Amino acid sequence: MNPEIGHYALVLALAVAILQTTIPVWGARAGDAALMRVGTALAIVLFGFISLSFATLVSAYVQSDFSVLNVVENSHSMKPLLFKITGVWGNHEGSMLLWVLVLSLFGALVALFGSNLPATLKANVLGVQGSIATAFLLFILLTSNPFIRVVPAPAEGQDLNPVLQDIGLAIHPPLLYLGYVGFSITFAFAVAALIDGRIDAAWARWVRPWALAAWAFLTVGIAMGSYWAYYELGWGGWWFWDPVENASLMPWFAGTALIHSAVVMEKRDALKVWTILLAILAFSLSLLGTFLVRSGVLTSVHAFATDPSRGVFILGILIFFIGGSLAIYALRAPTLRQGGIFAPVSREGALVLNNLLLTAAAAAVFVGTLYPLALEAYNGAKITVGPPYFNLTVGALMAPVVFAMPFGPLLAWKRGDLLGAAQRLMAAFGAAILAALAAVYVQGGGPVLAPVGMGLAVFIVIGACVDLAERAGFGRVPAATALARFRGLPRATFGAALAHAGVGICLMGIIAETSWNAERIIGAKIGQSFEVGRYELTLDRLEPRQGPNYRALVGVFSVRRGGADMGTIESSKRLFTARSMSTTESGIRTYGLSQLYVSLGDELPGGAIGVRAYWKPLVTLIWLGALIMALGGVLSLSDRRLRVGAPRPAKKPKPAAVPAE
Amino acid sequence: MKRFRALACAALLLLAGVGPVFAVRPDEMLPDPAQEARARTLSKELRCMVCQNQSIDDSDAPLARDLRLLVRERIKAGDSDDQVLGFLVSRYGEFVLMRPTWHGTNWILWLSPFLVLAVGGVGLVFAYRRRRAPAAAAPLSADEERRLHELLDGPEPRDGAGRNVTNV
Repeated sequence: MNPEIGHYALVLALAVAILQTTIPVWGARAGDAALMRVGTALAIVLFGFISLSFATLVSAYVQSDFSVLNVVENSHSMKPLLFKITGVWGNHEGSMLLWVLVLSLFGALVALFGSNLPATLKANVLGVQGSIATAFLLFILLTSNPFIRVVPAPAEGQDLNPVLQDIGLAIHPPLLYLGYVGFSITFAFAVAALIDGRIDAAWARWVRPWALAAWAFLTVGIAMGSYWAYYELGWGGWWFWDPVENASLMPWFAGTALIHSAVVMEKRDALKVWTILLAILAFSLSLLGTFLVRSGVLTSVHAFATDPSRGVFILGILIFFIGGSLAIYALRAPTLRQGGIFAPVSREGALVLNNLLLTAAAAAVFVGTLYPLALEAYNGAKITVGPPYFNLTVGALMAPVVFAMPFGPLLAWKRGDLLGAAQRLMAAFGAAILAALAAVYVQGGGPVLAPVGMGLAVFIVIGACVDLAERAGFGRVPAATALARFRGLPRATFGAALAHAGVGICLMGIIAETSWNAERIIGAKIGQSFEVGRYELTLDRLEPRQGPNYRALVGVFSVRRGGADMGTIESSKRLFTARSMSTTESGIRTYGLSQLYVSLGDELPGGAIGVRAYWKPLVTLIWLGALIMALGGVLSLSDRRLRVGAPRPAKKPKPAAVPAE
Repeated sequence: MKRFRALACAALLLLAGVGPVFAVRPDEMLPDPAQEARARTLSKELRCMVCQNQSIDDSDAPLARDLRLLVRERIKAGDSDDQVLGFLVSRYGEFVLMRPTWHGTNWILWLSPFLVLAVGGVGLVFAYRRRRAPAAAAPLSADEERRLHELLDGPEPRDGAGRNVTNV
């Protein structure tokens, strides 16, 4: 396809986005149903134009059209097809186009599936979405146009950054954007509700599926990014507190708080003002993340975006949306009427505690990421805020969250019985103590905190099971009745229990990996054996290989344990010829839930090669736990009550909105 | 400006083919395992200044290697952990420390998460008190008052009927 088609589609998209920002909102103010309905069509057309534009860019990459500057800078004719496609968003311009594509996709989904929304709310939501699309389309067209041509066209491209030539690029950014940008919907709902001046439990019911979906995508996106960094960077680490990681973690904390407070709002009509603020915060932090990554204001391993002039533009967008939404919030929030009241010890109280701690954790990440910048601007002093700071502060704030987690679901709404909940958790306490003792036995004289953490993790997992068993009534009613009740539990209940168990499982992985990880650094010659953990590795051979656009040096290791053959591991270094850059491809072999991790280093004098080998017990639980969390979110999403378009109980009619006073 | 120069340096190093291999090389390590373990722990607390958010333990940059060797030299010379860190700070400034100090305005950094927690907690207590207090009960509007009278069909207005402390 001709790149100009994509460029023109983008310009048309901007025009549509401007119409979408104005017409439906005007219709909502004037009470004109026809004008409000136009928003639906515009949102779908917008998605169409941006899809066309995106498809054009993809086609330019697939065909290696080196008359397009963006393709020249980030592609190579010898690159495998998959990486030609993923290269589209492996650079600044293309990733911004993906950003607006996802944004318009969500807008179109609201337009298509939002038929049960009140007309004014829907019109305002689409209007707010349109304004975000307008800002980012302007940003792309004015500062980051991916369709700029280059004359004369070079014969060959400069190739994509080798670190990004990985299946991870196909998965991680799209998922992350589905999460980031998904929060634009909850943001739009919040601002629309503030413009409307009415907000009620029904609002929470409409917003919760979007928040859950965005949260689930963000969770998987972060987990996949973590695994990608783990196997690609070759340091054996899975979380670096890198500013770009922090940028995704802040909206995750806010989003986690949001899905919990929305429950309170839906069930008890309480915490409205707070839920609205969280919806604004979650997307504001996503925008901040976009700013931090795109502006290059922070130095980080994700260095492929560094251009200050763009930074100023995004900063403008940031100030407009965050400042604007907070201003509307300040004006309108005091007029929202508060709903049901509750005792401090209650399900609501537990969820408030969760929200408070998660918000403080988001604040810790926020301050830790931005403080060095602020300090340098203030007095020129340069300091580093590294992992020790984040581990301490976020760790201290998350410890009570995870400890309180099994209690929350066991407390009743309005007024709970903490002692009763503790009694019902006796089984979980018992299992936790057993797990801690087992950990002490296994580790011998390792870190003291590890058994405690393991006990806590088991407490959470068993606590989630106890919650389900309690709801079904196992032990109180005949087993057959309990089983029938268990089957009849709403999916949202299963989802919540599963997500909570996922947190526990993730925690197990984190603790096992950080406490019981074994490391071996050695200069190995061919035929030499060495031990790491209880495994014996032998460097069998080193062989050169030729890839499509790189040369590789592959080390083949055979693994034995107690004399038994446990297979082989291949670990390699790749040199990408187009950019003269090399990457490590760590050799990883999974045994049960644990992994053996081998990466190759430099060749040393005397024919040896540097080898760094790790035994990482239960490490896969870190990502499995995150996947289980997201699965819990999806299961909740499939709950009949939340399903988009599902019939609502006739008892509670929709327009039961509480008008502003 | 400095940052951009550092970035440019890092980019140049990468271009020169000093690929992202791993950091600590076998030939750097100290023979005494206890000293080597100390060196590794300290390395994780020190930033590779030309890198992007990497400790010298993780980085493969030549500067990180120099620093690792320096740390090991100081340890061999009998320095305590604090002395090693102090020596590096005196040379390179606080930028080299991964763990921020409590100097100057850094208390803002360390305490603000807990400040958020405290302010949030206090705010909650106040909000809770206010809502429990009878005075906080929203008075009925004239319209609602009239409707209430209609419903109750009596002249006697029930004080506090609009109070939302009820657990209906």
